[in-house]
Order: sequence, then structure tokens, then C-alpha cells
Amino acid sequence: MPAPSHAEQYSGYPRLAETLRFGMWIFLASETLLFAGLFALYASYRAMFRADFTQAIQHNTLAYGTVNMYVLLTSSFTVALSLATLRRNRPRVTLALLLATAALGGVFLVVKALEYAEHVRNGALPGPFYHWQALPTFGANRFFTMYWLMTGLHALHVMAGVVVVLWLARRTHRRRYTAARHATFEMGTLYWHLVDVMWLFLWPILYLA
Amino acid sequence: MNQLMRKLLFLPPQASSMAGEIDALHYVVILTTLLGAALTTAVAVFFVVKYRARGPEAERPREKPAPRPPVWFEVVVVVGLFGLFVLWWIVGFSQYVRARVAPPDTLDVYVTAKQWMWKFAYPDGHSSLGTLFVPQGRPVKLIMTSRDVIHSFYVPDFRAKQDVIPGRYTTIWFTATIEGAHQILCAEYCGTGHSTMRGQVVALAPADYARWVGQAAAQDLSSFPDAGGAATGAPSMARVGERVAADRGCLRCHTVDGTPHIGPTWAGLYGSSVPLADGQAVLADEPYLTESMMDPLAKVRRGFRPVMPSYQGLLQAPEAAAVVEFIKSLRDVPPAAAGPMPPPTGPLPSQPVTP
Amino acid sequence: MTMSEVIAAPERGGDGAAATGDVPPDYLRAASGVRSWLTTTDHKRIALMFYVVVLVMFMVGGLFALALRVELLTPRRTVMDAMTYNRMFTLHGVTMVWMFLIPAIPAVFGNFILPMQLGAKDLAFPRLNLASFYVYVSGLLITLGGMLAGGTDTGWTFYTPYSDSSPTRLLPVVSGVFVLGISTIMTGINFIATTHMLRAPGITWRRIPLFTWTIYGTSIIMVLATPVLGLALALVGVDHVLHLGIFDPAVGGDPVLFQHLFWFYSHPAVYIMILPAMGVISEVVPTFAQRRPSSYMAIAMSTLGIALVGFLTWGHHMFVAGISELDAGIFGALSMFVAVFSALKVFTWVATLYKGRIRLGTPLLYFFGFLFLFVFGGMTGVAVATQSLDIHWHDTYFVVAHFHFVMVGGSVTAFLAAAHYWFPKMFGRRYSERVGALSATAVFLGFVLTFFPQFLLGNMGMPRRYYSYPERFQWLHVLSTGGAFLLAGAIVLALGNLLVSLRWGPKAGSNPWGSRSFEWLSASPPPKNNFPAVPVLDFSPYDYTQSEEEAHARAFPR
Repeated sequence: MPAPSHAEQYSGYPRLAETLRFGMWIFLASETLLFAGLFALYASYRAMFRADFTQAIQHNTLAYGTVNMYVLLTSSFTVALSLATLRRNRPRVTLALLLATAALGGVFLVVKALEYAEHVRNGALPGPFYHWQALPTFGANRFFTMYWLMTGLHALHVMAGVVVVLWLARRTHRRRYTAARHATFEMGTLYWHLVDVMWLFLWPILYLA
Repeated sequence: MNQLMRKLLFLPPQASSMAGEIDALHYVVILTTLLGAALTTAVAVFFVVKYRARGPEAERPREKPAPRPPVWFEVVVVVGLFGLFVLWWIVGFSQYVRARVAPPDTLDVYVTAKQWMWKFAYPDGHSSLGTLFVPQGRPVKLIMTSRDVIHSFYVPDFRAKQDVIPGRYTTIWFTATIEGAHQILCAEYCGTGHSTMRGQVVALAPADYARWVGQAAAQDLSSFPDAGGAATGAPSMARVGERVAADRGCLRCHTVDGTPHIGPTWAGLYGSSVPLADGQAVLADEPYLTESMMDPLAKVRRGFRPVMPSYQGLLQAPEAAAVVEFIKSLRDVPPAAAGPMPPPTGPLPSQPVTP
Repeated sequence: MTMSEVIAAPERGGDGAAATGDVPPDYLRAASGVRSWLTTTDHKRIALMFYVVVLVMFMVGGLFALALRVELLTPRRTVMDAMTYNRMFTLHGVTMVWMFLIPAIPAVFGNFILPMQLGAKDLAFPRLNLASFYVYVSGLLITLGGMLAGGTDTGWTFYTPYSDSSPTRLLPVVSGVFVLGISTIMTGINFIATTHMLRAPGITWRRIPLFTWTIYGTSIIMVLATPVLGLALALVGVDHVLHLGIFDPAVGGDPVLFQHLFWFYSHPAVYIMILPAMGVISEVVPTFAQRRPSSYMAIAMSTLGIALVGFLTWGHHMFVAGISELDAGIFGALSMFVAVFSALKVFTWVATLYKGRIRLGTPLLYFFGFLFLFVFGGMTGVAVATQSLDIHWHDTYFVVAHFHFVMVGGSVTAFLAAAHYWFPKMFGRRYSERVGALSATAVFLGFVLTFFPQFLLGNMGMPRRYYSYPERFQWLHVLSTGGAFLLAGAIVLALGNLLVSLRWGPKAGSNPWGSRSFEWLSASPPPKNNFPAVPVLDFSPYDYTQSEEEAHARAFPR
């Protein structure tokens, strides 16, 4: 790794690390606002079509959502543990935990894909493509449109998160991080936590009636 | 004084009952604005002239820091300004609410906006394109919807404006105080023809208006081409609504005399409070009645099964409006006029319980 | 000649700085060649790259405006058809808002000056800064590509459901703006992190120069509001292409919800456009009055007040959109509240002239223009927030006049003030004060002639976005168009003065205005690391009871 430029800019590595963490939190705040807009839209439509939404949620398969919730919670646990083991200078364990995290992310996406396939079979598609006879109401259409938008955006973030975690894994493998210097590692784990937290908010509103 | 200020500010004639008081607030606000900007700049210029750097002592550092205005002074200015703004808000909000909420007993006209024209349907059945005829001195309420994109109904002379939105009704009311033509302009960008989507409100003296109503009834000024068929000595909108209700099967489930049936009776419905399945209650007004046709399962009346199909796309806007007028015409029919009590509230045995 | 060579003409005198041994080269000469610019991480060079592109976009947006105004000379067709006109006003708005006004002061002067005002060597994340420039350029290219393909006609507000069905190239335009938004967020993150983490020893929050305070407040808005814009644009794009009907009533969507989402961003966005301008003014006035601001806390705290309360007022764009009277009332009241913060700033600026030792100069002239136009324009904002009055004014030229008063009379005036004020610092040169004064006056007059008639047009009932109009409006439109050309000429004159002075202006000392704000402690132009050593800044940037030499000695103790 080339000589860090922080020697010119920062009073020392700890300050750089602190600044990177700070910047990351601000970035996470902006990501939260991105999702917040969708939540607000969802809340508005739910208020307009209350009974239809409740009915549509009941027609959603709770199992998929709950499995995915546990998958992501576990992955947050593994990624947090990976940071702890890195701090204890056990890069091989760190690497294993990162790969486990990425794998769990993959599991999430596979489960999501299976769920999407079921929706497609049912005809629960967004907007004008909706044709589920069992739930022919406007409100159900709105619900599924919002569902696809919100879970779709979230899935994109999960994919990005998996890429980030794999990138961390690669750098860990090449021993780029040490117990004392791993600011960007921490930033990556924060991103994964955000992705998990997002699902914790999505799950109840999309799956619990 | 009022007319002087009005002309100085290039405001159009005050042709509605609300225009005068709105303009009075306008004068106060604009004068304060002008005065505020002028005064602030004048004080600044005065300071620059008075405190110009002069002499060699201006090159040396100050002996002590420059003075600050006393905190109480700042507080007074800020509180004073805020108080002024709040005062404007109070008057403005009160006027706004009165401008938005129509008085009772208005003459209602249905307006359909579409790219790029205004269509008007009157309660006595005839309609007009581009020109809205109203009686001078009588409150008129416009119940408006759009066929395509958002438009905005704007009559500068009345100081009145309201966006017209597809998929729902919005209302605007006014009392025209000056006879004659008052321009209608579309005030929400709606495509290529936005700036040509104009019209006029023609306010007629009561006698002239009565004469016009008689003439218009005899010769339909323009019929809605998509409502199916030319008008023949146009029946009132309510009668058209009755025919539509019969043709489209509404009367198979809804009675008009209070008899309980598959759907709620229309007798005494308009203006009543409708108890809903989820425990809430809603007013049976034009938007509710229209929504019940387009999205019947949105608000299901307590004690009735959610079996009504949607008429979205099956009823044109004028037809839906006509049915609403028909229901309105039944508002004074006592609902429990005949027959046994309505079905009991709560779920019927065959219906799954929804939380 | 390379850019470095053009600006760094014959060495003469210099700024009289360290006669002791090696003087590091200034940032313009520290490295040469196109690659050294395109791969730089120096905030000052990045600022200059933004400067060039932002000014080009200003010209482009201005050309769209002139085209519009020419068309509006006659009540019916003058030089173009309706569809072209509709695209023109859309592109004017999109260009001016997102390609010019939002980045202008922050990405140019914020980038250049903020680290220096904090005594830092650079921003917290220099490579992120460079990336933000390239993301900005990418956004520009996508949007401009869309414009070349015909652009869109929905207005910069993209209201649904018209934007769902408009037969124009909406997707590249909204995609480009989406990417521009990403650049904004990157910039905001950098500024916030720098302000928190990279202050030189001694700078407490109460010693941060006021321009930095406003950039900080602006950055908070950038980071929190822009994502919502991104979402709104993404949804509109998806609706346009896939017709999902997210906001389409035919499928149960609510078009007014789009307006809520859009204005939730776009109202705070106007504070992104004005807060940095207020920051510039907050530097110019104490400097030219040679005294401390009459209330530092008023300016600093009202900045945070605007940043916060600005998020709560968006509904005042929707008083006749179909929201309830209660909602409208709440938004109206909050809008009155936010106006007080600006009033506090105006009061402070004027009071800062009291007992000053005032020197004249072009930046101060721009301040006078700003003062009148911003107070007038801002108060017409309070006027349109008065709900009953807004019924008449909404979507008319009155609103157009209001926002041009604050955005051009306010932000552009302050941008020009900043361009003149920091010109010696950035380029080590002086510009011609006579041409500067002339252009400042011409800008003011051109502006008033262009936009004051528009208030009257609005009162008469002339709606916005009208290609053709009733005849009675014509004479005011002719006046306005005349003013537009005068304004354009004046701006060209002002910028031309600066451009010419880059090469031929007399050399500037390190602090020609005698300011005590921290950026003036460096050489003009500054070296790559801004200061000869890490400064110790445990005194106020507005302490005019000490001389420049004393301040220098305190900042760089031997």
C-alpha cells in the first residue's frame, strides 16, 4: 500500500480513521433519507387504502420475509464479529466471517428471487402489469407496486453490500488491514449494518398485518 | 383609494365577493415589502456615507471592538417582524379558509378539464364549452376533475384559482359581483396547448341568467360527444343520471325509495353520515359518491358485503356526475320509508372476518 | 500556453512574504500539464475546474433564458413553436438550478475557501472531492445529451401525470439530474466532515468564519434533502418508461404525492442556493466595514435555523394543489417562521456597517444590490406564503419574479461578489475597479428592468409557462426582454473584467482588502498546502482590534 497521504493532511492515523467513520455516518444518513421517501409514499398509500393493504399483506408469504430477516440479522452478527476478530489480529477468522456474511447476503437474494418468482406467477406485479385475480383491488395494486419498489431498492443495496463485503474480504486476504489500521474495513461493515437495519423496517410493514 | 392602489399594482377588477378583502391584505403586504426593502437599503447607504473610512486612523487597528446593538433591540426587531408576519398569516389564513370552503346553497356546476379545453355541465342538464354562464350575485360552486393531467382553473378577476386533478374532484366557489366576461386561464402546465387553454366566466344579471337557462334548455349548447348520443331538449342532469343508473345496473342493487337491498339505498343518502365497516364514518358528498363508483371497496358501508364491482373506465366523467346528481335529487326521501329494518351490522356468516 | 502559465505571468515582486529561504510555488505553478489538473486532489485546483464548468453552464442557462424572452416579445409565435418554447423553459430551469446555482458557490468558493478558513491543508476527503467533480461532469453530459436529443417540456418540476405521458426525452434529463445529485451529496459529506474534524488548533465553533458556517449549514441540507430528490426523479423516470402509475390516478396513484416528494427536496434546495450567498455577504461586509459582525451568533444560529426549519415548509408550493386547509395553514405558519432567520441576517449585516471604517469596492457594491433585491425578493416570499394572496399569485409571473429576485438578485449577485472578493486570493491579481463598479451597477439595473415588470405581470394574472398570452401583457414582456439583454451584457462585462485581469491585472498582495478572516493569512495565490505551517488560530476571524501583522504573528508563532 502506498505511503498514506494523511501524514500531510491529518495529525495522525487515529484522526483519519475518526474522520472516515464520521463521513461514513453522514453518508448513511443520506441513504436513510433515500428510503425515507419511499416509506412516506408507502404510508400515504396505506392510509388511502387501509383495508386493501391489510388484505394484500396477508396474501404475502410471511415465511420468505421472516427467513430473510433472520438471514440478515445473522449476517450482521457475522460482520460485526469479523471486525472484532480483526481487532484481535485474527485475519483468517475475519476472512471466514466475511465470506459467511457475503454468503448470507447471497442467500437473502436467492430467497428474494424465489419470492419474486411466486409473485410473478400470481400476477402480483407493479402498476399496469398487475393481474392477480384473487386480489383485484386498486389498493392491492398500490401495495404491490410499493412492495416491488421498496424491496427492489433494498435488494440493489444488498447486492452492493455483498460487493463491499467481498472487497473487504479480498483486502483482508492480502493483509491490507491490521489491528491498528482498518478504517475502511469499519466503514464497509457499517454499510452492511445499514442494509440489515433497512430490512428490519421493511419486514414489519410489508409482512405483518 | 382601493381603486387607486389596485390600478397602481396592475391588479384586475375586483369581480368577486372575496376580491376586495384579498386585495386589501395585498396592499398592506406589498407596501410593507417595498418600504422594508427601501428602508433597509437607505439605512445601509446612510451608514456607508457616515462611517466612510477617513484619515490615517482608519489604517490602524481599532482600539476596542466595534459596538453591538443591545440584545433587547435585536429581540424587539425580530419579535416585531415575526409578529407582523404572524398577523399576515392570521388574516391570510382566515381569508383562505373562507375562499376555499363554499357557503351552503351554492349553484353547482361540474367542470371537466381536458387538454386543452374546459367543459361545463350545469345541473339542469345542458352543457357548454369554454364559456361558463353564472348568475351575478349568487354563490357558485364548481366541482372539477380532469380527464388527463393536472390543470388549474384560474380567474384573475375573482382572485380565484384551484388545481384540477385527474382521478378526484376539487372544488372552487365564488360569487361574481360584476356582470360580463371574466377570463379563465389554465394555470398549471399541461402540455403544448397550455397557454391556449382559456375560457371565460360570463356573469349574467339574474333576469338574463334565467332567460339564458330557458334558452339553453331549448337548444343544447354543446353535448358531451362521449356521453353517447345528442341531447334532445336536454333533460336535467339528474334525469340523465337516473337513466345511466338503470342502464348500467346500479338499480339492481340500490333502491331509490329506502327499501333495503344488496347495496345501500340512495334515498336520503346525499349529505348523510355513512358508517363504515372499520368503525369510522364519512360524509356522503360528491367525492365519496364518485369514489364509491370507481373504487367501491375503499370504503365499505357497515352492514353491507363488499361485492360491488368497480365502474372505473365503464362510466365517463359526465355520466358519473349525472348519477351523483340523481342521488342528490333523492336527498330528501326518508331512508326508512318502507320495508323491514336494514340488515344487522357485523359480518354475515359467509364472510371471512377481516381484522 | 498552459493554464498555469497564463495566470502566472512574469514574476514581479510577489506578495512580500517570507524573504527567508524557499518560498513554495503557489498552487497554480506547483505542477504543470493537463494531467496534473485532471488528477489533482488539491481543493483549490478542483475549485477552479468547477469554476470553469459552472460558468459555462451559467452561460448555457442564460442563452435558454434569452431565447425564451425573445419568444415572449410578441403575444403569439415570434421565433419558435410552442413545443420548442416549452422545452426551452424546462431546460433553462434544469440548467440554472442543478448545473449552476446548486454547485456554484459551494463547489467553487466553498471548495477553495473553506479549508483555508479552517486553517486546513485540504478537505477531509480530497479524492472524494475530485470524484465529485467527475460525477458532476458526468451528470452534465447525460443531461446535455438529453437536451441535444430534444430535451423535455415538463418544467423543471416534472409534475405527474403529465411527465408520465409527455412525448419527450424525459429519461436522460432526470437521470442526469440524479447523477448531479450524487455529486452534491459527495460535496456535502466532505464539507461537513472537514468542518467537524479538520479545524486548525484554536478554532472553536464560535471562531469558525461565517462563510464556512453557511457552507456547513448548506451541506447539511445537501446531504439530507438531495436523496429525496433522487428518489422522486427515479420514480418519475420509472413511471415515464414503465408506466407503473406510481402517481397515475388511472391505476390508483395520487399525483399530488409526487408534489409532496418533489417539494420536500426542492424547498430546502432553495436554501442550498441562498445560504452560501449569505455566507459570502457575511464575509464581505465585515471586511469592507473593517469591524466585527454586529452579531456573530445571529448569523451562525440563523443558518442552522434555516437549515432545519427549511425542511418543514414545502407545502407552501401546494396551497391550491388540493391539500387540506389545515395542512395549508401549518405550512403557511412555518413559512413565516423561517423568514425570520433571514431577517435576522439582514439586520446583522446592516448593523455591521454602524461605526465601521468603510472602504468602497466592487464587492461592497454587489452587497448593496444584494441587500435591496434580497430584502424585496425575500419579503415577496413572505407575501406569497400568505395563503389568500397566493391563490391569485400561484403559478403566475409574480412567483417567477419572486424567485428570480432571490436567486439572481440574491445568489447570482453574491456569486459575482465572491468572484470579485476572492479574485486576488485565488489568482494573485487585481481586477479593474472601474469596470467592476460599472458592471455591478449594470447588473443591478438590468436585473430590475428584467424582473420588476414580472411582478406586475403576475398581478395582472399572467400565468407561468405560457408560450402565447393575451395582448394586454405585451408591453411588460417587452420591457422584461430588454432588461434581460442588458443583464446578460452586464454579466458578460463583469466576468470579462475578471478574465482579462487574470492575465493583465496588477499583482495583488496577500490581503488587499485588509480582512482578518483566516483565508487571508496565506499568500495570494496560496501554496499547495495553503499555509507555511499549521496555523494556531485561537482568535476571532473578525478581530479588527489587532493589526494584520499581529494576527499573522499569532497564527504562525516562531
